[in-house]
Parts: sequence; structure tokens; C-alpha cells
Amino acid sequence: MSSQSWTGRARRATLEKFKPEDLLPEEQPAYVASWVYVFGVATIAALVMLIASGLVLTLNGPAWWHTSSVGHYVNSVHLWSVELFFVFMVVHLWGKFWMAAWRGRRLATWITGVVAFMASIMTAFTGYLIQTNFDSQWIASEAKDGFNSMGIGAYFNALNTGQAILLHVSLLPLALGGIVAWHIILVRRKGVVPPIDNDVTIEGSSK
Amino acid sequence: MQLALINLNHPAHYFSFGPFAISGGNLAIIIAMCVIFIAALFIPFPHSNNFSQDDKKEDRK
Repeated sequence: MSSQSWTGRARRATLEKFKPEDLLPEEQPAYVASWVYVFGVATIAALVMLIASGLVLTLNGPAWWHTSSVGHYVNSVHLWSVELFFVFMVVHLWGKFWMAAWRGRRLATWITGVVAFMASIMTAFTGYLIQTNFDSQWIASEAKDGFNSMGIGAYFNALNTGQAILLHVSLLPLALGGIVAWHIILVRRKGVVPPIDNDVTIEGSSK
Repeated sequence: MQLALINLNHPAHYFSFGPFAISGGNLAIIIAMCVIFIAALFIPFPHSNNFSQDDKKEDRK
């Protein structure tokens, strides 16, 4: 019977856990009508620009982004996207911290945000390492001493440009993309956290 | 050589407060982020039909 098939069970479990009306809502509570709730999606917009400009840089390579006008432009788009990405993410973090956004069983949402922040820092760091200019050489040599002083130089060598390239363009973006997707799904499932003075203890939820 | 709006071809200017030091660029970014955050708290959000009219709590289990 179809009801016994794993595909049917997976479909029913998915629809039960991830309701389409929660994932793609048409309306938000009145308290969401505030600029402080905008910085999460602004961070995602900057991430989209980062990935798009990063793909163009990957396709054309350092000899292109160092020498051509269009290469300089795309390189600058990538740089300013990451500047805005971190500005928006930190302002988003401040807003969520001061409204204690882990309330109402939203701890997993908060933790995935923390992990996304950590993964973003590592992605940005490896990006600095692969600029292929004097700046990246300076950062790599200084970071090498820093990592050695922490005892992790044997596991991660900041002077290994090939490793930094692979981390920056494959492993870390995939990890960051996955954790950000998980974070967004959790926000949609749990709903946007209400203001503290609007919070009402409900059965089974933590304040 | 392309002309830049701001000449960056010199060492960064640092502000020092005892053992704490910060570059002018980093200080400017942090001040801008604080201004953006405070502005976001007080600037009214444009009216939209995508928000429910009541202010009741929406908290899913």
C-alpha cells in the first residue's frame, strides 16, 4: 500500500512538521512592522549578492579581478557585500539579543544564528587569505603566528593558500548556506519572536 | 591608476585609550552600526497590509 511506503511517510512527516502556511506566510503580527525586524532579511540579501559576485570571481580568477575594470568592480561588489553582510548581521544580533529572541522555545533558532555567525567569520577570514595580493600575504603570516600561539597551527596552516581557496569556495559556503537555511526554516516554524512586553506565558513554552 | 574619492595610500590612523586602540575605519563602522540600530528602533515603519491589525501575541509551539 502507498500509505506504507517510505516516500508517503516522509511526505506526511514533512508536511506535518513544515506547514506551507508557516513557511510562506502572507501576514505577520503587528509588532513585526518595525525597522529592527528588517536586518535578518537584509543579511540574507547581502549573502545572495556575496554568492553571486563570488561565483563570477571564481569563474574568472585572480588575473581577471586584479587587472580588468570589470574585475575590479566585481571584486569591490564582493568586498562591500561582505561589509554590509556583517553590519546587517551584527545589528540583527543586537536586536535579537535585546529582545531575548530565544524565548518561546526558540533556542535552536538562536543557536543556529550563533553557528552561522561563526561560520561567516571563518568564511570571511579565508576570503582575506585568497585575495592573492600583499594584503593577503600579510594577513596569512600574522594569522599563522596567531594560530600557532593557540596550538592549532598543526591542523590549520594559514599560509596554505590552496587549502584556504577550497575552504572559501566550497566547504564553508556550503556549511554557511545550510545553517542559514536551517535558521530561516526555524524562524518560519516558530514565528517571529514577540516583544518582551507582548509576551504571554503559554502552556509548554519557556519565557 | 584610478583616482579614489579618499586617499587610502597611507598608514591607518589609530585612536588610543590606554591599552585599547582602534583604527579610524573600524571606529567609524561601529559608530555607524550603533546609529543604524538606534534609528531602526525609532523611525516609523511604512504602513502595509501584510501585518495583522491586532497586536496579540503569535507564539507557535
